Amino acid sequence: MEVPILKQGDVLIATFQAALSDADLNQLRSGLVQKVVKFRSRGVIVDVTAMDVMDSFASRTLREITHMIRLRGADTVIVGIQPEVALAMVQLGLTLEGVATALDLEEGLAYLNQKFATMH
Amino acid sequence: MSDGEIQVAINSDQDIILARQKGRALAAELGFAASDATLIATAISELARNIVSYAHRGEIALKIVNGADRQGLSIVASDCGPGIPDIRQALRDGFSTSGSLGMGLPGVRRLMDEFEITSQPGRGTTVAVKKWKH
Repeated sequence: MEVPILKQGDVLIATFQAALSDADLNQLRSGLVQKVVKFRSRGVIVDVTAMDVMDSFASRTLREITHMIRLRGADTVIVGIQPEVALAMVQLGLTLEGVATALDLEEGLAYLNQKFATMH
Repeated sequence: MSDGEIQVAINSDQDIILARQKGRALAAELGFAASDATLIATAISELARNIVSYAHRGEIALKIVNGADRQGLSIVASDCGPGIPDIRQALRDGFSTSGSLGMGLPGVRRLMDEFEITSQPGRGTTVAVKKWKH
């Protein structure tokens, strides 16, 4: 199941579906980085609202995406981690350290816009 | 309500998803709260991932268990892989041999109420966990 990536001005928005395999996640990682380069994007939002499980692999992939995109000079924000998913992540020891998170798409866009504004 | 055991063969990353979906469905059928069903699905995901990463193939068995005054869900992950030479080390946070995050087993233990592991080097590993309905 491929993750759709939408371009909205300077920002790319990737929306996760419920059941993503490891192969899907790897594909998303390379697809996002390629698109950031192609569109010279300054920000990326990864919307995980529909994800019902965030295990160590998904969590590691999100961290890698964030770090790769940071090396391109762009910012990533993860939005929509559900409360019960957050609870499971904390018990599992997955903290997504060094990764920006926001409540939802709107808050994620606000976060990125604020980042863009301070760079001028 | 389903009785007996649900067995899911674990051979690929697709099977990890299948196993956790079946676990979540069984948890919902048992009347677990949504948050507990997520903890169960996450634990299954990690256990199935260990099988794929270390043993390549194995099985996850899901079963409803009856305690004295409560019901629960039992998950048994078994494989005939290389086994774990030092279980105590594998249960420490931050330990990993496959380049993963190394939080699999201690994390799963925190997610569940009961946790048992047996492993024989060269013979395989069995992890049996339970979550009780509160």
